[in-house]
Amino acid sequence: MIQRLIPYPILSACIFSMWVLLTGFSPGHILLASVIAILVSRTMLALLPEKPALKLGWAIPKLAYYVALDIIQSNILTARIILFGKKDREADFVLMPVQLRSPYALATLSIILTATPGTLWIQHDPSRHMILIHMLDLTQKEAWVAMMKDRYEPLLMEIFE
Amino acid sequence: MSALLFALVITSAQILLGLAMLCGAYRMLRGPRAQDRALGLDSLYVSGMLLLITYGVQTGRTLYFEAALVIALLGFTGTVAIGKFLMRGEVIE
Amino acid sequence: MIQAPNLPGWAALIVGILLLSGASLTLLGTIGLVSLKSFYERAHAPGLGTSMGSILVLSASMICFSVLQTRPVVHEILIFIFITITTPVTLMLLSRASVYRDRAEASVDQAPPDLARVQPNAPNNNDCKGQKKE
Repeated sequence: MIQRLIPYPILSACIFSMWVLLTGFSPGHILLASVIAILVSRTMLALLPEKPALKLGWAIPKLAYYVALDIIQSNILTARIILFGKKDREADFVLMPVQLRSPYALATLSIILTATPGTLWIQHDPSRHMILIHMLDLTQKEAWVAMMKDRYEPLLMEIFE
Repeated sequence: MSALLFALVITSAQILLGLAMLCGAYRMLRGPRAQDRALGLDSLYVSGMLLLITYGVQTGRTLYFEAALVIALLGFTGTVAIGKFLMRGEVIE
Repeated sequence: MIQAPNLPGWAALIVGILLLSGASLTLLGTIGLVSLKSFYERAHAPGLGTSMGSILVLSASMICFSVLQTRPVVHEILIFIFITITTPVTLMLLSRASVYRDRAEASVDQAPPDLARVQPNAPNNNDCKGQKKE
């Protein structure tokens, strides 16, 4: 019953909280927000997306913690490169294989990569499971690839697959 | 005294963001290629949005927040349209 | 136009530090946009403003309004979520457009290895520079 009424509970929750945040807390708006969240999220039924199998658990706060650390670190590195330059710095494309298959996991990975300055997601090849990335500083490549393999991919697999 | 200092800090943050907008505008006007111009426009609107947020902090009005939200939405749409056009020569395929 | 909201001292200190550091990071990003040499390097630079810069400025605004209105005001988080989700899309589209145009104009030293058109079993699909050995 509740599955038929709210087919996409996470989307409905997002719409509800966005409406309430934008308009303020009053009983009328909360009622309106719930009606809109239920009705608008039903339009996704017409689009028929692949349903995300999101597993809630400790992996999500862990991922958020690593991403926050990584954002701060890469911001400092990139700011240093822009301010002072770096002698042996070389920027180039990196081609690397990924284990992730779920499109939601790949989208999250692309958001993480772009949110950390210094790496830029350019292309994903679904037939060979490769991603093409541009790195600002190739001397960071080894550490960065190791971090992708050890931290992000297992966590994202745990969450989405 | 401390209120004056705080006001000066806010104003200097606004000046820094204004300089950031100038840098974005420079890349937009001088960029050697079209994608450089689009990138300059993108960072121009992001800095403009942050500038509006600091105006909101300065005046204590929530009006600026809504303007910033609209700028973020429209700027994204504009940059995506430009990127799509550069890639294919058409915005909607 | 020099004016300031009526904040208690500790809040003014935090808001001021957050605003200044966020604004200077954003400025640094756009300086990189002006000074770096090639398009792909420049595409990294605005990331400073959209990640750390906007986090700092938006949290300054959140703290300021929460103290002014004596209730938690968190709607700035919507702008942050929106910026974080949309920046990858714009950067990816722009860099893909740039890759496409570089290939079309055959400036091969700039363009990356072609991912989509290389056949999976073609003999020459691993001659790109940065490829990781498996």
